[in-house]
Amino acid sequence: MTAPTRVETPRWTGQNYPRKEDRRLLTGQGRYVDDRGMIRQGYAHFVRSPYAHARIVSIDTSKLENMTGVYCTLVGEEVKEMTDPLFQIAPPPGGNMVEYLMAVDKVRYQGEPVAVVLAETRELARDAADLVEVKYEPLPPVTDAIAAQEPDAPILHDEVGTNVSWQGTYEYGDIDWALSEADHVVKIDKLHFHRFSSTPIECFGVVVNWDRGTDTIEVISNNQMPMFGAMMIAPSLRIGIDRFEFVSQDIGGGFGIKINLYKQTGVLALLSRKAGRPVKWVETRTEHHLDGGHGNERWFLDIEVPVMADGTILGVKARAIDDAGAYLHYEPLGAVIWSQVLPGCYKMRHFRIDYSQSLTNKCPTVPNRGYSRMQHLWMLERIVDVVAHELGFDPVEIRKRNYVQPEDYPYETPNGCVYDSGNLPLSLDKALELVDYPKWRERQKEAEGTTKRIGIGIGSTLDSGTNNFGQSRIINRELPFSGNGEAAICKLDLYGEVSVALGTTPQGQGHETTAAQVVADILGITPEEVTVIPGFDQARNSYVGFSGTYASQFAVTGINAVIGAANKLKAEMVELAALVLGASEEEIELAEGHARVIGDPERAIPFIGLANMVYTNNAELPTEVAERISLNCRHVYVPPFDPPDPDRKYGNLTLTYASQIHVAVVEVDTETGKVEVLDYAAVDDCGTRINPQIVEGQVHGAAAHGIAAALREEMRYDEDGQLLNANFLYYHAPSAADMPHIKTDWVESPSPFTGTGAKGMGEGGGAPLHAICSAIQDALGTDVPIVADSFNPPERVYRLLHGEGLGAGRGVEVVAKGGS
Amino acid sequence: MDRSDTFDIEFTLNGEAVAATVPARRLLIHFLRDDLDLTGPKIGCDTGHCGACTVLYNGRTIKSCMMLAVQADGATIETVEALAADGEMTPVQQAFHEHHALQCGYCTSGMVMSATYLLEKNPSPSPEEIREGLRGNLCRCTGYVNIVEAVAAAAGKETSA
Ligand code: FES
Ligand code: FES
Repeated sequence: MTAPTRVETPRWTGQNYPRKEDRRLLTGQGRYVDDRGMIRQGYAHFVRSPYAHARIVSIDTSKLENMTGVYCTLVGEEVKEMTDPLFQIAPPPGGNMVEYLMAVDKVRYQGEPVAVVLAETRELARDAADLVEVKYEPLPPVTDAIAAQEPDAPILHDEVGTNVSWQGTYEYGDIDWALSEADHVVKIDKLHFHRFSSTPIECFGVVVNWDRGTDTIEVISNNQMPMFGAMMIAPSLRIGIDRFEFVSQDIGGGFGIKINLYKQTGVLALLSRKAGRPVKWVETRTEHHLDGGHGNERWFLDIEVPVMADGTILGVKARAIDDAGAYLHYEPLGAVIWSQVLPGCYKMRHFRIDYSQSLTNKCPTVPNRGYSRMQHLWMLERIVDVVAHELGFDPVEIRKRNYVQPEDYPYETPNGCVYDSGNLPLSLDKALELVDYPKWRERQKEAEGTTKRIGIGIGSTLDSGTNNFGQSRIINRELPFSGNGEAAICKLDLYGEVSVALGTTPQGQGHETTAAQVVADILGITPEEVTVIPGFDQARNSYVGFSGTYASQFAVTGINAVIGAANKLKAEMVELAALVLGASEEEIELAEGHARVIGDPERAIPFIGLANMVYTNNAELPTEVAERISLNCRHVYVPPFDPPDPDRKYGNLTLTYASQIHVAVVEVDTETGKVEVLDYAAVDDCGTRINPQIVEGQVHGAAAHGIAAALREEMRYDEDGQLLNANFLYYHAPSAADMPHIKTDWVESPSPFTGTGAKGMGEGGGAPLHAICSAIQDALGTDVPIVADSFNPPERVYRLLHGEGLGAGRGVEVVAKGGS
Repeated sequence: MDRSDTFDIEFTLNGEAVAATVPARRLLIHFLRDDLDLTGPKIGCDTGHCGACTVLYNGRTIKSCMMLAVQADGATIETVEALAADGEMTPVQQAFHEHHALQCGYCTSGMVMSATYLLEKNPSPSPEEIREGLRGNLCRCTGYVNIVEAVAAAAGKETSA
């Protein structure tokens, strides 16, 4: 007798399986929020403040009262009566903020909604909104995060009493010792990370109906973290989470910004209830730039860096002042999230970062691709480059010397985060090879003395993924959050079809495809035979509080939920088949749409036969499994986390650390200050890849966002708090003609913590901002001020070339210690 | 002219004759999407920069947010819905699929229309010509790398830069 042999089934995981979503999107059959509507809906239009800071004296809607086709209006005062203020993540003082779903008494940024109008058509809603008369009493605005902390600064929120919404010191190791023992101390005056947004091409949209009969609220929207939205607004509306049904199908990009779509949803729900009809609202591009949410702007001041003679960097001392804008939306979570990557890619052990966050009269900030870590990583990469330039180290060698080394993993950082795996030196080598580094060093020499200088820059980043939400307690120890997770449902349907419901809200990340790939492998079928239900629907009951698509985590949380659900389904199918076929469970395999006895293909039952017994033929269902097996399996994945220690600000804050190493080659025109990217490479290491093509697409996208942010994009306010580029005419999102080709390669260091070896990825850590600033510095040399701003349009580079930087002098000082 | 003025128009849309009465101020994109339920073309901006709304107007690409519905009178208009009308994706659509040239898909309707038009005018464009030809269409997801590759592949040639 020979041992039974398993039929080899194809492995789908790891393949470039073309996306299941594509066909509908390519043929114009996608369903985005603006493609949907409800019967009897009206169109909403917001009335917005033209001032950055003003008292609302009066709002007069009387001109609309008898207008044909105008259904209803809603103003802040009414909202105040019907609702409670929003829950705040911050402890006092920031937590004392009283924020309603719409402005009451006061406006705090240009574009803040003060009223909303519902009418029969889009055009009429807009016209009618123009007839709402709002009297304002302008107040002095504060638009600078540093000035906002001055004692005489105008206060945004009286009940907060200060413009400092959160403050905390992150101290690890012994930075004073390091500064006194180091051979050199490099001091940098000031660095500034600018404000920009990844500006998804699809703006926000909501179709909402507060159904009077059932008192439930159906919300079709493009919210990318719907259960967070529900958690925020349900208490404010004084209702339970179970009143909501959040729904979405296709979402036109999010990049974090679409987490911010909850206040509007709450207001529009109230409007729907008041009008007794569904409400549709789609933001215009101008509104999106004014009100949708921007990435965090941050200042780094009084930076001191202890460096040893051999180039070892011991740590960093600095003050960070983050600019949250006018309200705390998701903030101040960013005030801890950066510390997921406290030492970046480096083995630095001594830190004191005094972090505070200012409220200013600008649009609230929200997570934007690379959220809060990219700002910090940018500072670290600036430091490494400045140290290299000022002390004469090679920028490649100094990085390799200070990188966490391949043999160090799992590597525990000074604040208790555990870097799971990686190979940074190899990644850097590969990136340098992609651009042919020696060739560009030659070209750089040849270009010396000409007006077209060449610079080569490196950006080393970590893309930390799968947050431990327990880190929120480092911000506010009262918060009831920790861990993370995602839900999925995998079921065998009546005729033997396999379907999967996710809790995620993909905006292009291809979840239908990758989920189908892993399920196909578990159930022995093809991805074609797995239906992944597009989009999110609260009614499917496939969600947890963390559900959504954000923060580089699907490959871990989403996929592990899917794997768990598929394994549960497989176990039920195998158990049932074993009983039916009179075999042991070990003898059963799933292959080609059948459960069969290994080595005896005649003894088999098709999936439809198993489904039949459970759904429609249960008198034949073996009693051992009746009422226990449903073939409808829900799984919640729970990553292995403990709550961090808020006193020490210590603990494992994220499960995985993908890395991205970028190299940029630029040409700086010394006559105009214009920077052109001549060559660009990105090397990604996100462990085991489920679908390499999708991963590469994410690398391209993150690279493009960073390159554009470094050279073209800034949300620019004047001192009156007026946004100067609230559209794509003045906000220069790049076209294909403006972007370089991006070369990619990868390293695969499987994560030991995720089961599959995969790591979350996609945000990219802002690597291009680091690499391009590094390259500009390399081109300019040390005769001019340091590159101290993350945004480098021609006029800023031109000023650098003429000796004007951010800080005093060149913005940097080197103190040699101990006679070295 | 009053905001309530309407006009009667007749035009050809994706091969079929259409007669309609439209408000004077309705944008062509809103007319296509809201009144005719052709939601393939998208809206991504209010200044004519994103190209999500791109359709063919008398054989040339135009941004349908920059035109009024009344201007459709007498014209021949094609939207993305016309491309795979027989169920078979066109070479451009197929190449976008194979080269992973779309992520969220929101720019895709416009991008595919512009790419199709570009290849009609220039059947074998260089990578630079592709980038230049798609200048009017913004994509925030892909960084354009795979879009350029897809268009080159649809033109029957591979690209490396
Ligand atoms: S919507 Fe027409 S160009 Fe943006
Ligand atoms: S695929 Fe998302 S904007 Fe192009």
